[in-house]
Amino acid sequence: MADPMKIRASLVGDSTEVKVLMSHEMESGQRKDAQGQTIPAWFIKNVTVTCNDRTVLSAQWGTAVSKNPFLSFKFKGGAKGDKITVTWTDTRGDTRTDVAAIA
Amino acid sequence: MNVAHGLFALLALFVTPVALAQDATSDEIAKYRAELQKDNPAELWETRGEGIWQEKRGPRQVSLQRCDLGLGEGVVKGAYARLPRYFPDADRVQDLETRLLWCMVRLQGYTEAEARRQPFGDGNEHKSDLEALTAYVASQSRGSTMEVSLRHPKEVEAYRLGEALFFFRAGTHDFACATCHGEDGKRIRLQDLPNLTTAEGAAKAYTTWPAYRVSQGELRTFEWRLYDCFRQQRFPELVLGSDVAIALTMYLARNANGATFDAPGIKR
Repeated sequence: MADPMKIRASLVGDSTEVKVLMSHEMESGQRKDAQGQTIPAWFIKNVTVTCNDRTVLSAQWGTAVSKNPFLSFKFKGGAKGDKITVTWTDTRGDTRTDVAAIA
Repeated sequence: MNVAHGLFALLALFVTPVALAQDATSDEIAKYRAELQKDNPAELWETRGEGIWQEKRGPRQVSLQRCDLGLGEGVVKGAYARLPRYFPDADRVQDLETRLLWCMVRLQGYTEAEARRQPFGDGNEHKSDLEALTAYVASQSRGSTMEVSLRHPKEVEAYRLGEALFFFRAGTHDFACATCHGEDGKRIRLQDLPNLTTAEGAAKAYTTWPAYRVSQGELRTFEWRLYDCFRQQRFPELVLGSDVAIALTMYLARNANGATFDAPGIKR
């Protein structure tokens, strides 16, 4: 199973800044191994972020996103202690969900 | 017209723009590092390493919290800034990686081969426990002052050996560490090389490893840095935890004494 994400969420004025580090290979499908065989693509396809039960970010990712991706974004609203839930799903159907509170 | 003056002007014409462009590029690389440092993926390794440190593992089902890194059983805070050091129980000078291997074998009951199975990670399906543990332990010395002792005769011996190795020319290319790292202002392609014979250069280099290598997507330890320098010099493969690896680490760590430890860092 994939390693946990690192999530930081903090209030900046009237909005919340969320920073997420994810552990993922993000294999593009363009590389070849030492034997010359193509390494199959394997990357995070969908990312959703909710604040309590409200979806604040929903993204579809592709192969142009780096290995061990870092995601940072802001949304209006949010209060101290609100629950930020980040979920990703990759091309193998593997998924990971982690939670943090707004500081 | 003064010929010498004219020649100088001509030289200046050629030299200056190149030098300026080079400085501008290193400035940009420095900016890039600073920007990435804030959200360093090395944190992923630190977290995993902390888990491995606390977990009961190996044939004996013991956690590494009983491992003595030099400041007492299980004390991690500030330990990395005081390594390598002499350990009476092992009767030799050890750096962190060597000490961790020692604890995995003596404490947890792994065989030497099992402990050394994956010294360097290769993608998410071949992760290195040793790199994760090193990241975690090193992170607990962030902000500590480098304080490597030369009190024990074996510590002095390791330092002297490291110094000799640093200047020792060998291999097909007649290289020494000092060939690249013995003068100011050298570089490989666009990477500025620190002059490791000065306290400032040694501090800059030693206090920023282990580090996340962006180009590899991996966290790398100081032993890996030495291993790869050996490869680049076309030297024989550097064995993890060997006297040579520890001596060179000792030489550089000691030269960095007094500096503030600031790793895991990030490298291009």
